[in-house]
Amino acid sequence: MAIDRRKFMKIAGLAAAGAAASPAARLLATDENVAIPDAGITAAEQAPAGLPQEHPLTAGRWAMVVDLRKCEEYNAAHGNSCTHCMDACNHTHNVPDIPADQFGGEEIKWIWKEHFGHAFHNQRHPFQREHLEHLPIPVLCNHCDNPPCVRVCPTQATFKREEDGIVMMDWHRCIGCRYCVVACPYGSRSFNWRDPRPFIDELNPDFPTRTRGVVEKCTFCEERLARGEGPACVEACPAGALTFGDLEGDDPEFRNLLANNFSLRRKPELGTQPEVYYIGVAGSHGSDDDSHSSEEASHD
Amino acid sequence: MRDKPLIILGLVIFLILITFPAWYNVINGKATYVPDPVVREGQGDCIADGDWMRANHMDVLNEWRDLVVREGVRVHETEDHRRFNMSLSYTCMDCHSNKEEFCDRCHDYLDVDPYCWECHLEPALMTPGEDH
Repeated sequence: MAIDRRKFMKIAGLAAAGAAASPAARLLATDENVAIPDAGITAAEQAPAGLPQEHPLTAGRWAMVVDLRKCEEYNAAHGNSCTHCMDACNHTHNVPDIPADQFGGEEIKWIWKEHFGHAFHNQRHPFQREHLEHLPIPVLCNHCDNPPCVRVCPTQATFKREEDGIVMMDWHRCIGCRYCVVACPYGSRSFNWRDPRPFIDELNPDFPTRTRGVVEKCTFCEERLARGEGPACVEACPAGALTFGDLEGDDPEFRNLLANNFSLRRKPELGTQPEVYYIGVAGSHGSDDDSHSSEEASHD
Repeated sequence: MRDKPLIILGLVIFLILITFPAWYNVINGKATYVPDPVVREGQGDCIADGDWMRANHMDVLNEWRDLVVREGVRVHETEDHRRFNMSLSYTCMDCHSNKEEFCDRCHDYLDVDPYCWECHLEPALMTPGEDH
């Protein structure tokens, strides 16, 4: 169907009128907003935050060592229900708790517990010790030395800090394309499909929330490091299973954890050079723990 | 050309209608309205004087954002060597403590809609125990 000149002029005229009407309507609508309410400060008194720590924690290469033996022992003594690291992280960073039964696949995760077969799927085989299946494995962003998420990010919203290796998120810059979610081989990145605020029980005033349409993940608590504090999960772990340290630092204690123990990393064959190390895979007793039911042994 | 009066009448009506928002506000006294943002007194001086901040606060905030998030620089030093934590939620909102009465008054007037507060918490939300 061809549009003749007369019809074109009609449509163009209507469009122009519409375009002119909308700012005019908005100008009229601002009446309420420009009304001057009674002046007065209603916000509560707030203690000034002051300057940030003069002595932040710095490193040449931040890394984390997870002692699965300690994690398992504490969990076994507390009915496998320990979530201290997750709770501390979620509260510290205003991570929303989005119920999976209502919004499947929309959950936001920074640090969470995974089964051995999921965390180390390439190490799994049908005849392995049952013990491994019951190991609770805390997983988080691996802050890779060669991070694929950074490589694919079109806006450099996620980037690796050269000074200490932290893979950072600049939520101001994230356009929500989710390339990084696909690129990350560890599932460490979550996308905000909806406004997360209604799903946050208690807002932590020291940290922003995220908004709809951005990706989020663990940042090794860089905001706490800047204040001279360690990561929230490490601080919260009652078993001392999480150790955070500098692989290039002078203190040999942290590196000795790796030097004196057999350690695993997740999917090392991909060449991402993950910087979260797992020790104590053999378990506390070196043998199967009979207290676990065998029904939990298979998940895929 | 016998339609000349009609055409002129139509044009006059058209002009009246299209300038309606302008003269409507003049009649209502809104044309001379200037927003009056509220600042909490007695909290020390701002990082720069008011006129400069009115014109440049958005650039300051963008610069602070990039410095803190991307460069890890968190302290702002003014020309007269006063030091500030580069934080919107704390440093700025410590004096400009009411978003509705400070930020929103001008932003609504100018019809700009910055999205700072979609993530950053305004002071009213930072007070525990209050339901917002």
